[in-house]
Amino acid sequence: MALLGAMAVAAIALHRGEPINALWLVVAAVCCYALGYHFYSKFIAARILVLDPRRATPAERLENGRDFVVTNKWVVFGHHFAAIAGPGPLVGPVLAAQFGYLPGTLWVLVGAVFAGCVQDFVILLFSVRRDGKSLTEMAKEEIGRVGGFVAYAAVIAILVILLAVCALIVVNALKDSPWGTFTIAMTIPIALLMGLYLRRIRPGKVLEVSALGFMLVLLAIWGGRWVSLNPAVADIFTLRAPSLAILIIVYGFAASALPVWLLLAPRDYLSTFVKLGTIGLLAVGIVVMHPTLHMPALTRFTDGTGPVFAGKIFPFAFITIACGAVSGFHSLISSGTTPKLIARETETRFVGYGAMMAESAVAVMAIIAACVLQPGVYFAINSPAGIVGQTPAAATATVSSWGFPVTAADMQTLAHAVGEQTLFNRTGGAPAFAVGMAHIFSQSLGGEIVMALWYHFAVMFEALFILTVLDAGTRVARFMIQDAFGHIYKPLSRTSWYPSILATSALIVAAWGYFLWQGVKDPLGGINSLWPLFGIANQLLATVALCVATTIIIKMHRTRYAAVTLVPLIWLVAVTFSASWHKVFDPNPRVGFLAQARVLGGASATPPTARLIFNNRLDAAVTAALVLMVALVLIESVRDWISVLRGRKEARIKESPFVMTRLAEEKA
Amino acid sequence: MSRVIRSFQLMVAALREIFDEAGYARFLHRRQMASSCQAYAEFCREREATQARRPKCC
Repeated sequence: MALLGAMAVAAIALHRGEPINALWLVVAAVCCYALGYHFYSKFIAARILVLDPRRATPAERLENGRDFVVTNKWVVFGHHFAAIAGPGPLVGPVLAAQFGYLPGTLWVLVGAVFAGCVQDFVILLFSVRRDGKSLTEMAKEEIGRVGGFVAYAAVIAILVILLAVCALIVVNALKDSPWGTFTIAMTIPIALLMGLYLRRIRPGKVLEVSALGFMLVLLAIWGGRWVSLNPAVADIFTLRAPSLAILIIVYGFAASALPVWLLLAPRDYLSTFVKLGTIGLLAVGIVVMHPTLHMPALTRFTDGTGPVFAGKIFPFAFITIACGAVSGFHSLISSGTTPKLIARETETRFVGYGAMMAESAVAVMAIIAACVLQPGVYFAINSPAGIVGQTPAAATATVSSWGFPVTAADMQTLAHAVGEQTLFNRTGGAPAFAVGMAHIFSQSLGGEIVMALWYHFAVMFEALFILTVLDAGTRVARFMIQDAFGHIYKPLSRTSWYPSILATSALIVAAWGYFLWQGVKDPLGGINSLWPLFGIANQLLATVALCVATTIIIKMHRTRYAAVTLVPLIWLVAVTFSASWHKVFDPNPRVGFLAQARVLGGASATPPTARLIFNNRLDAAVTAALVLMVALVLIESVRDWISVLRGRKEARIKESPFVMTRLAEEKA
Repeated sequence: MSRVIRSFQLMVAALREIFDEAGYARFLHRRQMASSCQAYAEFCREREATQARRPKCC
């Protein structure tokens, strides 16, 4: 296995000049995951965490049939994977493909095995040993009040930026696309119908209604073709980016304020149904078709001049790809519902480490989907008009001048094949992924004739996926704000009091809506500034999670093995702090927020320019605030470690007392 | 053959857990209730107080 893995990684890393087959990436990934799971996770489980099958878990001790339920490990795995697998592992790798397939692939494999899987695994186990406590509670108990406060603030900041970036991806995928807009618009009445069906006709039959909803969505995709071919109807659904942004903001507010059963829960079920099915289908499609990767291993944009987003491989590749390698957001899931379902401590390895490996495999599939495209096509789709030019001729001339030949006729043929008016300047990663996915599927299922259907299925899949994160995230942020405001005025924390619901929903929607509007109006496409901001916030949360993990490992007297979480922590500190430095202070106006504000300040003083200057300064302030907060946690943690190691402070961890499992007694 | 059946049962159990059907069955069992519109409405309210507060990942 090791030899095969080494051979595959060598083939990926050393092959130059000719396209390689996607199967090399699949083989490298399978071997790395198998070795990582079999050896590294077992080492962590045995030497550091000392998993004890005799110790009763909170699911057993606190079983209440509601949150705490002893559950089969495969079922928990499915539950955990469905919760952690969002749009991040699909979008990030597609954007990072501008560097070539090699940097993203290596980061996804190494990052997952040595950082992401480790983080998810140890945080899950530590939460299990603390009655299923959340990351913020553990940070408060193990590091101190500062840790708890920063984790809370980081979660709110990440949610706001995540929601804005998710909405921007949907806007960029649907703008000027009547077919896509119609299909996604139809998912709202379908979700409402599902909600009413579940509530009034067949209470609780979710699988049944999800299958029905899926059939209706397929019908909506087919209907979208008819819409796009009828100019009168197509005009209604052909929307520009600002109009779509306003509609999504209104939708986010409605999803947050309406009863959860009516819109949010049915859409969530529908999205999960489509997500699990499509990921499985894509995996089979890649293995069966084993397409050729046309993107080179490394492109000229490793120097930081990339059109998709500006910045060099280090640190920007490592914050662009978060969810597929290491994601702080996962630590919220690992310390959320999952620890309350685990039946035995030993199963945390399979669920925590294993589910993250599956997530990483999704990221590898996204890299393949992006890299099967001709590089010229990839860059024509993903580059903003501000970089490549406004007209097809200008865009293709610019992309071709980079050494990636593409013609306006090629792009027109492709757009026609997928049922779009144009594919130029469709930034955000989602359209490129959809074209790649349609390309893979159409080779095996239906041929070129059904490419348009596959493309719009992929767009629908991503948009549905992303809108689910958007509506659930808006609601979660609303609850968090209501909890916080409840300390000032008690009735504000009541989740059934409509004045509070409307006010807090408006507040959170205004927060992410502002960043979305900023992205829509950004001449560089918005993703250039918002995705790095999201990546930085997400990886900073991972830094907090790894600080908590390292603190606990040192307090457990396992200092000699602390490198297991300390090395990923040091790496993430290096990546996030340097990325933040570049985003704030870099003199290149395409990279640094302040530099861009300075350049804009030198131009003619118009109201839009003044707004862009303010936006850049705001982004710089948000980045600096996040870094300062995490630096505080880091300093607090290091002081704690030194005190414990020098014997000045007692190494006391806040684990729940040991209780023998009933299962072990029965066995005995 | 039994392994195939077991695998299928596990897959269905995982789907029932992901889609809250198992949670609803536990709710009915805990409350000693039969499935009805009112029971499901009560279950939805309870889920909102717990699961709907969990962030979904990126």
